Amino acid sequence: MRFRLWCLVGSLAFATLSPCHAQSASMTLPKQVKAGSPFSIQTTGSGKAVLYIVGFGQVVRRELQLGQTASFSAEDMHDAGHYVAALIGQSSTDNGAFDVVPASQPANLSFLAKPSRLPVSLHDGISGAVYVFDAYQNLITAPTPVSFQLSGTSGITQTRTAETREGRAWTQMDSAAKEGAAHFAVHVGDISSTRIIQQVPGDPCALRMSARPSGQKIELQTEPLRDCSGNAVPDGTVVTFTEAYDGKQTTVDVPLKRGIAQAELPAYNGAKISAATGVVLGNEIHWGKQ
Amino acid sequence: MKRGRLLAIFIVAATAVLIAISVIHPNESAAALADAGTTGLLRPSTTPDAAVENLARDIGQRRWGSAYSKLANKSEFTEADFQRDLTGTYMSLRSYATLDHFEVRPQHASQNEAQELLKLHWSTVVGTFEDTKSLHVVKNGDRWQAEWPLVKEPRVPPQVIPVNYLRWDVIYRGAQDDWGAQDVESPHVRIVDMHPLERGDGVLIMGELLNEDVVPAYVSVKATLLAKSGAAIATEDSFDKISHLLLPKQVTPFLISFPGVELAQVASVRMEPSSSLIAASADPVIAIEDQKLNPAPGASLTGKLVDQSGQVVNVVHVLGTFYDKNGKLVWVADHYMDRALLPQVPASFTIPIPPDIAGQVSSERAVTAIYSSGGFQ
Repeated sequence: MRFRLWCLVGSLAFATLSPCHAQSASMTLPKQVKAGSPFSIQTTGSGKAVLYIVGFGQVVRRELQLGQTASFSAEDMHDAGHYVAALIGQSSTDNGAFDVVPASQPANLSFLAKPSRLPVSLHDGISGAVYVFDAYQNLITAPTPVSFQLSGTSGITQTRTAETREGRAWTQMDSAAKEGAAHFAVHVGDISSTRIIQQVPGDPCALRMSARPSGQKIELQTEPLRDCSGNAVPDGTVVTFTEAYDGKQTTVDVPLKRGIAQAELPAYNGAKISAATGVVLGNEIHWGKQ
Repeated sequence: MKRGRLLAIFIVAATAVLIAISVIHPNESAAALADAGTTGLLRPSTTPDAAVENLARDIGQRRWGSAYSKLANKSEFTEADFQRDLTGTYMSLRSYATLDHFEVRPQHASQNEAQELLKLHWSTVVGTFEDTKSLHVVKNGDRWQAEWPLVKEPRVPPQVIPVNYLRWDVIYRGAQDDWGAQDVESPHVRIVDMHPLERGDGVLIMGELLNEDVVPAYVSVKATLLAKSGAAIATEDSFDKISHLLLPKQVTPFLISFPGVELAQVASVRMEPSSSLIAASADPVIAIEDQKLNPAPGASLTGKLVDQSGQVVNVVHVLGTFYDKNGKLVWVADHYMDRALLPQVPASFTIPIPPDIAGQVSSERAVTAIYSSGGFQ
């Protein structure tokens, strides 16, 4: 890449060379410039010249009088990278290179948090990675302290600190034992970014149902379903009721509504009724005479 | 010159004779074959067979008025009732089915009446279904007319059925969101059982898929058969042999067919279950009552579907999972209901089980996938 830049600068210099009788042109370049900072380039010699600064995303052209100082404002050079400068005088050229480095003050964060939804009580289940940028979207490669915080409905906050390496830092957190939306935040200096992690109940820990007659039917109802941490299993979770009798069976898949599942099945004496949700089995009821 | 004139006269005369023959004795078979036996020229209903065939052709061409006019018992119901009996009152597989072909089998006949069996083979987007009608045919004057055995759909009395509506909607990541903003997570699904089987015409992969998540999932399963070298032999997916919508903690069977492949060629199988979020409803709830495994010959799973809600379900797909006495999965089969499922009205179904599998089956589990106008439910 640098070779290409030098070729470009060389071509520019060759193209603009003309017979001249003025003093030779030269310039003094800064070694490093912070993105978004003003800086200047001192030139020597006499006569008119053109200063070219070529970088990966930016080209600047200035016509100037040799011997003057070329000043650049804060907004002129803001893309971090390696820049090549060429001073093309009437009789001679000078060239050099300098680096524009990211500003040291973080201004933007890109925060990736995964997953957006996971069961409660999962060790190292949540991961977060942050990329730190300056105000001009340059990745700040200098080590920067970062703080991750995960706070949920339980009120307990997990905190991890890290230092960026090559502009990024990452961490892993445990999901809380209590369901609900957790705020996963990253802080760098006085800026922060937050993602919402939905912590959802795990598999039901136990499934119990009761039955009562309802005319020609049996009315079945589960107790409120909870996972092993005591969280209510969400509505919509399917409970399968199965009634076996005389070599036949009746099944119905019922979603939980307001925490319980209800179903009506035909009443047969001696029927064996069971319930299951996912891979969790519930109790069995023997209906009527055996 | 004279010879040429004679030839011209001969050609004209032969053409006229052939036209006359074709008018007097029309050849029905060509037309019937061209239309797979559902159309063709109507012939006078001078025999019971002809009367039933004419009726079937009218039905095949959806000439409801003409078919209705041919019935002997049309005073018992209206033309609209007759049409609804064939196409269904509500939108269903029947609404868009076309008559592929029909068979007429005489049962017995006397001077003035006969009994005919009419088998209507309908084709739909998900396969074929068969309608068998036993028709009483009577002679009225010089022609025969069939009595249509109209089956009136049972209806529940008007009423209000309260439903605690439960529904999920999804908001996805938008174009204006920061690239670091995470999208909503796809549902987590898991294959809980998988079993390959070689059948005469290829390899079948059967299994069961569980939605482990707390949100509904649109699911599909893809399988790739791999040879010993690791090269892929074939890749197929479950297509419609699965319930694509899984509510939280719901399990569906799936069946993937690899025709023309031998199990001996297969070293391993790569399974790829996929899931995505879908806006869905937890209703209506369908009970599957009186499920019974009927032994061979004619082994089958029979039962009745009951829509416990107040909503009409346009298409119901019943999937049966069959296990041996050790609980090992041995077969997956399915059946589409050709009529809409009406609230609280039981509808019978039959899922045939192949004779070579039937002996192994000890238990079963049936699930339904339902489609109502407006999408998945």
